[in-house]
Amino acid sequence: MMIEVEQLTKRYAGHWAVDNLSFTVARGEVVGFLGPNGAGKTTTMRILSCFLPATSGTARVAGFDVFSQSLEVRRRVGYMPENTPLYADMRVEEFLTYRAALRGLDSTRARRRLGDVLDLCSLRDVNRRIIGHLSKGYRQRVGLADALLHEPELLILDEPTIGLDPGQIREVRELIHRLGGKHTVLLSSHILPEVEAACSRVIIINRGRIVASGTPAELIRQSRAVDVLRVELNAGPADASAALRELPGVGEVASAGEAEGWMSFHLGVAAGADPREAIFQLAMTRGWKLRELSRRTPSLEEVFVDIIHADHR
Amino acid sequence: MRILSALILRELKALFYSPIAYVVLGLVLALSGLNFYLIVSAFSAGPTPVTVVEAFFNTGAFWFSFFAIFPLITMRLYAEEFRLGTYELLQTAPVRDWQIVFAKFTGAYLFFLLLWLPTALYFGIYRWIAREQAAPALGNYFGTYVLLALMGALFVSVGCLASVLTKNQIIAAILSFVALAVIFNFSILGFVVPNLSPASRRVLSYFSSVEHMYEFNRGILSTRPVVYYLSGALLLQYLTYAVLQYRRWKF
Repeated sequence: MMIEVEQLTKRYAGHWAVDNLSFTVARGEVVGFLGPNGAGKTTTMRILSCFLPATSGTARVAGFDVFSQSLEVRRRVGYMPENTPLYADMRVEEFLTYRAALRGLDSTRARRRLGDVLDLCSLRDVNRRIIGHLSKGYRQRVGLADALLHEPELLILDEPTIGLDPGQIREVRELIHRLGGKHTVLLSSHILPEVEAACSRVIIINRGRIVASGTPAELIRQSRAVDVLRVELNAGPADASAALRELPGVGEVASAGEAEGWMSFHLGVAAGADPREAIFQLAMTRGWKLRELSRRTPSLEEVFVDIIHADHR
Repeated sequence: MRILSALILRELKALFYSPIAYVVLGLVLALSGLNFYLIVSAFSAGPTPVTVVEAFFNTGAFWFSFFAIFPLITMRLYAEEFRLGTYELLQTAPVRDWQIVFAKFTGAYLFFLLLWLPTALYFGIYRWIAREQAAPALGNYFGTYVLLALMGALFVSVGCLASVLTKNQIIAAILSFVALAVIFNFSILGFVVPNLSPASRRVLSYFSSVEHMYEFNRGILSTRPVVYYLSGALLLQYLTYAVLQYRRWKF
């Protein structure tokens, strides 16, 4: 196990930022930490990277306790804090060389790794520039390069794509995906497509507790959010909505607009059922004109909103 | 060792990448140049009972520039890293807190030592132009610079402690300025307060940098000030370390 967290609790003056959290992450997994703002993602990551002590509970990284064997943990973790703080007065190469020395890399290895991370994070063309003069996207990549320098067993990335433009987000996402094979990655985000694309497993936390965990597909399957059928037909004066509702496997029927005799419906579908053929037959026998019939599984976003919403009730 | 030298180098670079280093260098050079000019002018007017070295390190211009530099060179040490969040990088790297404390002190201290190097040049110039020694024996120079180094160790430590207590550089500067002003006032209390009992005058003299300077630049090296400055510096560095530890492990 790369990360073992047991009954972890962190209390700030007056409220529980992390409340009895337990989870494990296996070696080589890419795990997405998902939750609304203030859910306890950053606090948990800061505890794992030895920046904050927990109030109670234990956290182990690669078998070492973050509290009593902090130095061993810090050697094995590459951590990119939220908003990537960097020394703005240093040049990229100078900063990374300094960080390599802090990690105890000897000069040969430091030089080799510097070349590696400059290439990996596409920083070659700015390596002589002063960090303070770089754009947000470049600074984010310098932070990532810093976290990768010492080939850490575990990468902890707090909001790695926040503040980036869509192109840069895709680049970072692809980079994280590539890293997945070699490193264990724990990243936090509230951009759902990003997590869906990059992570093999998602842990959703809310108010300091885990409310769901699993692969994106599992979460979607487990959630109460249902598949939706979009149907658009022209039934003349007949009551199509009532007829649709009577079909087996169809739950809720919601009207989604009408224009020039064409009516749109959103149909909730029970798990495992697929009434699309029955709808087609219905339209045939009644002589209705059918021009759209499509099925959509809920996105992780809907699952997320649903889970968080359910947790607050 | 590699970690320590990297940390120290970073501290020195941070000073020279910011305007602070140049402002402080300019201030010290201007004031000590003026100081030297005034002393040499006075010396050329007629015979005096003191040497050039003694006079140089006993003027208001010297003491003012001496005490003014510590808040400036130490205020950003910790405060800036706390404010910018870069301390998070430092604290999550495999670096021990005592290494951070040692490196931050050493960086500022080396810069402090560098500031006083040019004064040695003045005495060389004096010897060259006036064809007489600025002080009668090597012991005068030695004692003076030893005391400068000792005082620097303590006063840089005052600044370190002030900086670790806040994330605002200005507050750090004010804290250390106030602390140093108190220390300096203790130095001159023995001279300005009338009717002091001999005992209290003696106790005050133990803490008086001005009196220490009076002894040391005549080549008299006593151990009391050595113990005072070094143990004071150690205590303050330990407190700084304790504050860092507290920040790391507070619950």
